[in-house]
Amino acid sequence: MNGRFLTIAGRIWLGAILVFLYAPILIMALMSFNASPFYQLPFEFSTRWYQALGANAEIREAALRSVLIALVTTTIATVLGTAASIALFRYEFPGKQALRILLFPPIAIPWLITGTAMLIFFFGIGMGRGTPAVIIGHVALALPYVIVVVSARLATFDATLEDAARALGAGPWMVTRRVTLPWIAPGIIAGALFAFAVSFDQFVVSYFLSEPGDATLPVLIYTAIRKGFTPEINAVSTIIIVVSMLVMLIAARYSKFGGER
Amino acid sequence: MAEVRVEHVTKTFGDFRALDDVTMDFPDGGFFGLLGPSGSGKTTLLRAIAGFLFLDAGRIRIGADWVEDVPVEKREIGMMFQSYALFPNMTVADNVGFGLRVRRVGAAEERRRIGEALDLVRLGDFGDRKPHQLSGGQRQRVALARAIVTNPRVLLLDEPLSALDKALRVDMQIELKRIQREIGITTIFVTHDQEEALALSDKIGILKDGRMIQAGPPREVYRNPIDIFAAEFLGEANILRRPGGSLPSGGVIHLPATATDASALAVRPENMTLSATEPAADGLSKMSGILAQRVFSGALGICLVERDGNVVKVIARDEDLPDIAEGDTVWISWKPEHTIVIPGG
Repeated sequence: MNGRFLTIAGRIWLGAILVFLYAPILIMALMSFNASPFYQLPFEFSTRWYQALGANAEIREAALRSVLIALVTTTIATVLGTAASIALFRYEFPGKQALRILLFPPIAIPWLITGTAMLIFFFGIGMGRGTPAVIIGHVALALPYVIVVVSARLATFDATLEDAARALGAGPWMVTRRVTLPWIAPGIIAGALFAFAVSFDQFVVSYFLSEPGDATLPVLIYTAIRKGFTPEINAVSTIIIVVSMLVMLIAARYSKFGGER
Repeated sequence: MAEVRVEHVTKTFGDFRALDDVTMDFPDGGFFGLLGPSGSGKTTLLRAIAGFLFLDAGRIRIGADWVEDVPVEKREIGMMFQSYALFPNMTVADNVGFGLRVRRVGAAEERRRIGEALDLVRLGDFGDRKPHQLSGGQRQRVALARAIVTNPRVLLLDEPLSALDKALRVDMQIELKRIQREIGITTIFVTHDQEEALALSDKIGILKDGRMIQAGPPREVYRNPIDIFAAEFLGEANILRRPGGSLPSGGVIHLPATATDASALAVRPENMTLSATEPAADGLSKMSGILAQRVFSGALGICLVERDGNVVKVIARDEDLPDIAEGDTVWISWKPEHTIVIPGG
């Protein structure tokens, strides 16, 4: 009886969590399909806000900029992060432990602090705000995620395979390309998806580092909300959520199940 | 194919001397076993020949080339690892063909040689499988095929059979020897299993604490161990006398002519005979003791005889043993030529 009670209580608890997590999102998504601009019920299905979105050049531009920044960030962070992970895995060098430990705090430091620090830094070196600064900032944020995910995958890699490939005549580059990279590919894909998500969803750092008129999508949404909420924002937010969740689902699939053979 | 020579090779890891002035010759086409307890440096020596580590001192020659400064991938070696190290994402054929692809031999040539190598290890039909679909013994054969398909100058095997169960291990020993003979490749392998070393090798090298204690044909090393460690590591030995010590009292022990006070004396358990009464024949060395334990292991009977607090082990065909029980007084005898003189103590 007690066990059954706990099971039921557990299910209710789980249900409550899911409701709190997803109900606001669901309502927002529903409202993005409601014809009324003032959230009036009864619900009347309409795609007018999505059409309005398509006609809104400002949002389109910001969306395009967000995707481009995310793609550039993903490419740089994935290449650098994978190379760093392999170096950390393969070689012993002075300060290796310190470097490993230093990789984690950026994940924990509030983005507000990181953003402020970056803003001061970029002005300090005379670079100022702008898309390059945003990209560098995003890469710095995404890099630890890539390294953590790729390193986790590398931990399951048998280093003897590299020895075997070398004994068969493969030079260092060939060993990496033919043996190491294929094994850690799921980790690299997962890391890249994380990097994309970090960049695409990034608000604080983008807000601090982007120039006015050069906003990414999250920054634009924030600015728009301050001027007055329109269901267009519901529509664009719904799109962002769907994209982000898809990316994360794929990332979870690769980082968790991808490697087992 | 090539001979290998290791000359005064020394390698330290921090304070640990993994290899200490090791010198050994591996003539062309031979099968060589490196053995020793764990930490003796046998695997380090193998990896030094392969090129996985830089030497602190010494030289290594493969064929006509001094290779100590040549990286692994340029040494033209074949190596088989204890874990086999098959590439898990590749098929058996791709695993075997890896070294050929690196050498760009061309697709047709590659296919032909993969086929040949797989046939040689009797896995002709397994090319399309993935490593995880194979048994331990099959994986071992794939690893061997992969190591020899590039026609390396020397084949290096790190504990090649240790991951297999006993019955399979014996089959694979025979198989390994057959393949090695067939292609005539100089082969050096590392093992901690002395029986395996004796069964496979034309020449063995015993290592201890990074030093090469003794090298030579197995029979010679077995019959004339250079010190007590070698005598006890390779097979079993009843030490009759340590250097400077005295012989067991109360028996008749004929000293070999070469024995000095500084040498140790030992007898192999299988060279001793057990009897219930004192053997009458002249010229035998003999002593008596109490039978402490008798173990039946199928073909063989193993007897532990206690005398003066020491235990002497005797191994014989069980049916050749006299009708004796634990606690009985028994006599041990052996031919004088079976007393081994160990010069190094």
